[in-house]
Amino acid sequence: MNQFEYELAPNVENAVASGRSNGAVFLAGGTNLIDLMKGNLVRPTRLVDINRLPGLDRIEFLPDGGVRIGALVRNSDLAHDPKFARDFPAVAEALLSGASPQLRNAATVAGNVMQRTRCPYFYDAASACNKREPGAGCEARGGHSRLQAILGWSAHCIATHPSDFSVPLVAFDAVVEIDGPQGRRDVALEDFYLLPGNTPERETILAPGELIVAIRLPAQAALFAGHARYLKIRDRTSYAFAVVSAAAGLRIEGDRIVEARLALGGVALKPWRARAAEACLMGRRAGREEFAEASMLALQEARPSGENEFKIELARRLVVRAFERTAIDNTARLSPLPASIVNLTEEIQR
Amino acid sequence: MNKSVNLSINGTRHAVTLDDPRVTLLDLLRERLDLTGTKKGCDRGQCGACTIILNGRRVNSCLTLAVSCGGAEILTIEGLAQGDVLHPVQAAFIEHDAFQCGFCTPGQIMSAVGLIMEGQAGDDEERIREGMSGNLCRCGAYAGITQAVRQAQARMNERERTGEAA
Ligand SMILES: Cc1cc2nc3c(=O)[nH]c(=O)nc-3n(C[C@H](O)[C@H](O)[C@H](O)COP(=O)(O)OP(=O)(O)OC[C@H]3O[C@@H](n4cnc5c(N)ncnc54)[C@H](O)[C@@H]3O)c2cc1C
Ligand code: SF4
Ligand code: FES
Ligand code: FES
Repeated sequence: MNQFEYELAPNVENAVASGRSNGAVFLAGGTNLIDLMKGNLVRPTRLVDINRLPGLDRIEFLPDGGVRIGALVRNSDLAHDPKFARDFPAVAEALLSGASPQLRNAATVAGNVMQRTRCPYFYDAASACNKREPGAGCEARGGHSRLQAILGWSAHCIATHPSDFSVPLVAFDAVVEIDGPQGRRDVALEDFYLLPGNTPERETILAPGELIVAIRLPAQAALFAGHARYLKIRDRTSYAFAVVSAAAGLRIEGDRIVEARLALGGVALKPWRARAAEACLMGRRAGREEFAEASMLALQEARPSGENEFKIELARRLVVRAFERTAIDNTARLSPLPASIVNLTEEIQR
Repeated sequence: MNKSVNLSINGTRHAVTLDDPRVTLLDLLRERLDLTGTKKGCDRGQCGACTIILNGRRVNSCLTLAVSCGGAEILTIEGLAQGDVLHPVQAAFIEHDAFQCGFCTPGQIMSAVGLIMEGQAGDDEERIREGMSGNLCRCGAYAGITQAVRQAQARMNERERTGEAA
């Protein structure tokens, strides 16, 4: 790890001012940043510790039914908040499917959204990586591609974004509240992340010094409370990153779907909102055939970035499963193994 | 640049002067305070051997900078027993043969203490296994670990119930 200056920020204004200086980064839970620094993969010269910023550790339920989550709320505290888990079950499930209990106790919601890719070549200082060193090349091309993208990738970078939490956030139209040198602004999380294009080193729209202060979910998101799930396919049942994942939501009236939501994880450098799939379910029955049609639309533009063509079919099947499970009323029923695919009949009976 | 940090570790106050901001809580405990019960496995947040209780929550001490812990209360494996009387989780680990080489054990025990405090697992083996998934055991003592956590939790709940009744 390189040497750095450490500074404890007393308030947002100071944090923003210090965060602006060259080589500065914010330190939240540290579970991603310290790991990357230990690998010499990022080398900041100044750490601005934001853990004591006042007021950023609160979950505020808004009068209209939405919620405002302070940037420093810890992943476990949000997932275990009873009202939050009831109103936004897919988000709670996604949080609990990520990392380990110890890590979730330290990890903040803003840090989770900001975590860097798990591309094995990004993580290996000896490999060429355009994200770490623009223009160096991309060793992932032609390499190990199980975790790499099938949507939105470019010749310069084929990595995926690893956050589970962000996937339902994008499905349910979360907004990021940002404070910075030019003042405050709100940006939809979907537009917050950048696709790699020619500049894979640019990952988000944040400018130097800009700090996430909160993440908001709109009231509309809570209307899916009874029918929202997050499912994650991974190499182990627990404590592994997604190969592919899906956040799904349905609003059902009578025997008809009146609104559908779908975002995919593990497929692109940002959570992939599948609007065509959502639209095709409007006014339809919540049945397997309809979900299969939606799954074809969701992956319509997918193409392998290496030996990962299997992920396209895997993602289609996951979309069908996710909607099937979402169609079952899931009020107050969090699986003992969050985001895992357990037997459907068992789930209906439970 | 020296920074001084006040910590309470296992009930004892320590004023520590850090000459380097890179020192993790794990290295502070092991290398500077001689509390070597907390183990270093991966040093990258993957194995759980370094698990301690920081301000009432289990965390990986290898990814925590000591300089950021001013005013913190820390509980490590050394602070668990009351004199010669083992903590219920420690006793249950012995009873259920929940280790072989013992390297992962301090982390497993601290994680179990954290899990029981969180109170999310109930008497459900699946939830206990999921709740302990941040602690790897190379010797594969998982079956015993699950039973030990289950029993310790039951005993602690029982103790709390009868304690309240008394
Ligand atoms: C072994 C392991 C397994 C994991 N498995 C999973 C998994 O399965 N799924 C998953 O989703 N995640 C997983 N994670 C990642 C984990 O979720 C992240 O490390 C964590 O959420 C990061 O949060 P933090 O507060 O610790 O961030 P930090 O490490 O403190 O910061 C991360 C980045 O965010 C920036 N940042 C932090 N706060 C702000 C802010 N308010 N404004 C602007 N920038 C900010 C920092 O500057 C830094 O660049 C895993 C991590 C480990 C170590
Ligand atoms: S895929 Fe992206 S992150 Fe991975 S090596 Fe290539 S440029 Fe780097
Ligand atoms: S040593 Fe900290 S998790 Fe492995
Ligand atoms: S007892 Fe040997 S690693 Fe767990």
